[in-house]
Amino acid sequence: MYEQDDLVYDSRRPILPSDHTRPTTERDWIKRTLIGIAIVFMLAVIVLPLVLVFVEAFRKGAGEYFSTFGDPQSQAAIRLTLLVAAIAVPLNLVFGVAAAWCVAKFEFPGKAFLTTLIDLPFSVSPVVSGMVYVLLFGAQGFLHPWIKGTNIEIIFAVPGIVLATIFVTFPFIARELIPLMQDQGNGDEEAALSLGANGWQVFWRVTLPNIKWGLLYGVLLCNARAMGEFGAVSVVSGHIRGKTTTMPLDIEILYNEYNFAAAFAVASLLALLALVTLIVKTILEFRYGDELAGTRKH
Amino acid sequence: MVVSPAHPAKAGWTFVKPSVVPGFGLTFGYTLLYLSLIVLIPIIGLFLKAAQVPLEDIVRIATAPRTLNALRVSFGASFIAALVNIVFGLIVAWVLVRYKFPGRRLMDAVVDLPFALPTAVAGIALSTLYAPKGWIGWLVSANGPLHLGWKIAYTPTGIVIALIFIGLPFVVRTVQPVLEEFEAELEEAAATLGANRWQTISMVILPRLMPAILTGFSLAFARAVGEYGSVIFIAGNLPNVSEIAPVLIVIKLEEFDQAGAAVIAGIMLVIAFVMLFVINLIQAWARRRFGDV
Repeated sequence: MYEQDDLVYDSRRPILPSDHTRPTTERDWIKRTLIGIAIVFMLAVIVLPLVLVFVEAFRKGAGEYFSTFGDPQSQAAIRLTLLVAAIAVPLNLVFGVAAAWCVAKFEFPGKAFLTTLIDLPFSVSPVVSGMVYVLLFGAQGFLHPWIKGTNIEIIFAVPGIVLATIFVTFPFIARELIPLMQDQGNGDEEAALSLGANGWQVFWRVTLPNIKWGLLYGVLLCNARAMGEFGAVSVVSGHIRGKTTTMPLDIEILYNEYNFAAAFAVASLLALLALVTLIVKTILEFRYGDELAGTRKH
Repeated sequence: MVVSPAHPAKAGWTFVKPSVVPGFGLTFGYTLLYLSLIVLIPIIGLFLKAAQVPLEDIVRIATAPRTLNALRVSFGASFIAALVNIVFGLIVAWVLVRYKFPGRRLMDAVVDLPFALPTAVAGIALSTLYAPKGWIGWLVSANGPLHLGWKIAYTPTGIVIALIFIGLPFVVRTVQPVLEEFEAELEEAAATLGANRWQTISMVILPRLMPAILTGFSLAFARAVGEYGSVIFIAGNLPNVSEIAPVLIVIKLEEFDQAGAAVIAGIMLVIAFVMLFVINLIQAWARRRFGDV
């Protein structure tokens, strides 16, 4: 970090003649131009789209805005999104803790390969993430004969949406916890064990308090993605309104029906979720930065 | 494979290095089971599906003009978007690290928005913003105050805009920490030796940032190639013109052409893998050439 005063440009500080001759900083007009370019770029690409969501949602007034959420199909979409996140996030939470425990606390051959496999869903297109389940359970799928006789429906039904969501949010919590627990080492756990604690006591009373902020951070990002996933869910959902449409799919349907106010009203809820996620994330990074691992990654 | 914690110093080869910490068998077993069920078996299924397709069909699907055009649009737009993100991401990172100005912390927080905002929300917002009657679309249209006559939404340019949105945080967040830890002594030394500011930036600072820039580029590029949600609304999805490969996969699936979908997905994975491999080689070269940062 550049904490020395002579390297930091402060627009509120009076400009001194010496500023123009200082060799390790730029001329004043260059600074202002660069700041201007950065602000215009961020406005055009990131800030204005966010503002637009709320403006369009309230374009026809607050009454119209809230009436969207009285619509049974939008209510069903909100309920389904909450249900999917309520299943996917805890499952990935348990997996994330287990994977981090075995990768961070032990040495074994193939560890680097295992961590690469855990990261794999991040490098797969969302469309392909959904497609792999269609190829398994769909009408011509490999596992289709197994479920054909039963009443279980996976593709174009809720279980497929849950599976696709678990796939795309798979690495979030593990990826946050692994570097964090590697940094913390085994010292605390070994001390607790030598004092007579058993494995579960060590986990609940020593490890969990050590990783709680990192865990919350990972859960937060995992949840945001789980509620907002579109591509993977779109492939397996079948778009049956009121039954297999999550909020992002509901947005797509409303938008394609030219029902823009309703589409942006539903979108505003997800945008609000994104904003809350960002705010909590920023607070966590600011207050507990040393207790997080991937503060600059995701 | 469970190691008895009572004998941590047991001699001989064990799969896991002996440790007093318990729970390896349970956590390792659960990790492998869950990983196999959710990720490995489905992905192996994809390759089995593609392998079942006869070779002449693979060639026919792969060389169909619509497939080739979709791949060209996907990889071309992703490449351009990643290049744009290098330039502007570098400026944003530079401004955030080096200058103090009102709203700097806010800008820093806003950079992460594309990670948090669902792609469908970003898609309809960008599409409305850059449509001919949207705030920015109108500004640059023939009817706007600037009389530029540009069309952004429903053209390949719209695809690039959506991919810039998606990729920006990858570049900023890989360059920013390197810039924060940059040693002031190097710049001071360059200045002492008579370099002007531009020479210091282009010959001392930028080369040291090169590995981080390339990492940001490859992350943004890889993400952009597979992107679906934020692109489909702004793209117009006109076959051969503004249809990206993921859209073509979805269309094939909707037509119950699983073989076609699997082949295109396989081609995308292979091309993306080769490009990332090449970028990794360049990156390794940059590390050797410009130093490990």
